[in-house]
Amino acid sequence: MQLEVKTMAELLQKNITPDFLYWVGSAGSFDDRAKKITRAFVKVLNYANVSFGVLGVEESTSGDVAKRAGNEFLFQMQALANIEVMNSYNIKKIITTCPHSFNILKNEYPDLGGNYEVYHHSEFVHDLIKSKKITISQNSIDEVMTYHDPCYLGRGNNIYNQPREIIMRLSKNFIEMPRNKRNSLCCGAGGAQMFKEAEKGSAEINIVRTQEALDTKSKIIVTGCPFCNTMMSDGVKNINEGAALVKDIAEVVAESLI
Amino acid sequence: MYLGNVIFLIVFVISITFFTKNLTRIISNIKLGKDINRTDNKRIRFLKMIRIALGQTKMFDRPIAAFFHLIIYIGFIIINIEVIEIIIDGVFGTHRFLSNFISYSSYNFFISTFEFLAVLVLVSCVVFLYRRNIQRIKRFHSPEMTSWPKSDANLILIFEVLLMSAFLVMNAADTLLQSLDSHYHAVGAFTFSSFLVPLIDHLSAEKLIFIERFCWWFHIIGILLFLNYVLISKHLHIFFAFFSAYYSKLSNPSKLSNLSSVTSEVKMMLDPNIDPFSNTNNTNTEKFGAQDADDLNWVQILNSYSCTECGRCTSVCPANITGKKLSPRKILMDTRDRITEIGNSISKKKNKDENFLLGGYIHPEEVWACTTCNACGDACPIELDPMSIIIDLRRYLVMEKSSAPSELNTMFNNIENNGAPWQYNLNDKMNWINDDK
Repeated sequence: MQLEVKTMAELLQKNITPDFLYWVGSAGSFDDRAKKITRAFVKVLNYANVSFGVLGVEESTSGDVAKRAGNEFLFQMQALANIEVMNSYNIKKIITTCPHSFNILKNEYPDLGGNYEVYHHSEFVHDLIKSKKITISQNSIDEVMTYHDPCYLGRGNNIYNQPREIIMRLSKNFIEMPRNKRNSLCCGAGGAQMFKEAEKGSAEINIVRTQEALDTKSKIIVTGCPFCNTMMSDGVKNINEGAALVKDIAEVVAESLI
Repeated sequence: MYLGNVIFLIVFVISITFFTKNLTRIISNIKLGKDINRTDNKRIRFLKMIRIALGQTKMFDRPIAAFFHLIIYIGFIIINIEVIEIIIDGVFGTHRFLSNFISYSSYNFFISTFEFLAVLVLVSCVVFLYRRNIQRIKRFHSPEMTSWPKSDANLILIFEVLLMSAFLVMNAADTLLQSLDSHYHAVGAFTFSSFLVPLIDHLSAEKLIFIERFCWWFHIIGILLFLNYVLISKHLHIFFAFFSAYYSKLSNPSKLSNLSSVTSEVKMMLDPNIDPFSNTNNTNTEKFGAQDADDLNWVQILNSYSCTECGRCTSVCPANITGKKLSPRKILMDTRDRITEIGNSISKKKNKDENFLLGGYIHPEEVWACTTCNACGDACPIELDPMSIIIDLRRYLVMEKSSAPSELNTMFNNIENNGAPWQYNLNDKMNWINDDK
């Protein structure tokens, strides 16, 4: 399927101001697994006829990894450059498929002069379903599903229910892990851990968390973060390859559009 | 009774003086921290303090501990009303001073209520001792729970058991003395201590007076000792929890502060119109991040003194669960111990010693194990924020020492060169559109 995507620069040339900026993020642009999530989400946006643009080469990393790793300089260089670009396009509303970009754009950019309304795609898709801009086939998934809360979405920004409501529309077989919502266990990628070896310990965090997901007998582990996705996918591969699929909320929605 | 009053006054004044002196020392240690503005939104802060510290709402995430803690807490506050009477009796040589103002039956009702609470507190303390020492709940036995933190917790509980027991035995002796000595007001037998009466009703009046007086002195001296003990103990949370809740972060839990000192430097770098050499009043030599406890802000230090080492943070920390060295509780305990050490060094030698929080107390391995998931902050019943300390230590390691793990340095380089943490060409940023693998 051909995706309909324009950059903000292209739209500006045609004098079009889109309603939203879709912040693709570094993972969504470069990571092979996360690119599929990006495509799935754009499919949903196209389906709902959402007017949006992307920054393309003008989008630098949000700076989340740099900041959490303690490199405040590098973070602020990225942030101030991004803010300059976004403000030059007069951007008001942003959607992002990454809870880390979501958190940092929403909470940490304002102090640096970047004030936007920021949505995580699970909230946004939830709104599209509610306002009937998209329709998904109810109870179309038979497999048992569970949901892993990304820390920066759940504990960090209190978004627990929207992704769950979407999943429960798709499947009657939704099972919570014992540790969920506020008590959810991290996948192990946050705070720049994604980019380094873990310190010495008795277990890997992603294995512990993936085991919790597999213990629910779920065949589909849904999450809303490209980093959680990587960690849980690696976890499944490690524990019992093929035991479950790890999917993003955008993917399960894109597959169920009618 | 004359000598008794004098002794009481001396003991009372000495213990209050010590308390004030040591509290002042802790406050001046907190003031060693860097400034941070938490004076905004006074109404919201006040309500949050009422909800979190007084209402103990977050405690109930773990209902069993919360239930017994609440009993001890209510008991502590209400039984302290009785302490007012004990102090008045001590100063003026009166006996059961408050019974002069209300009918004996209502006085009896009040004391019986206090006794009821005393029994509940006693039972709760025994339950807590059981949970710590026999059930051995995991979070009370982490590596940072060395001998002192463990003894501290047990001492407090044993202390309370003894205080409550003294209160009950005193009342039992009093009940018997009411018919033997006119000094003892005939307010009647109290509901709970009356069960103890059969154990001592064969004793002579002198012996009963001795028991009654002994328990009275034990109770009041115990409370005055306890007041001073609190200041060197994790138990300080009974006062500081209120302040930590009031001054806690109001923004989204996952929001980190932006260093304003960095902002001005970065803006200068990005703006071609600013000549960096023309800025003569740039005397900014501020250290980035925290190497030592006094590089932290005063709220973080207040947090460290407010921690009661319950270990809920550590029990939910993904790094700790998987056997890494990091324990958020240890981060707070180390911060408290180090700032106390700095304070002592300054007061003795007029300047700081050669030790540091980072390296001396907290190893970089702990700092780098954090996933910044904020499970610790979320689990803390009084809204302490150990993660902010970890981030400040990382900032120092990266921006002052350039000593991040090498993979992270590679990641930093990638961001500097291609605007992404991976080594990809920025021009490939839109490849995802057609890359239907």
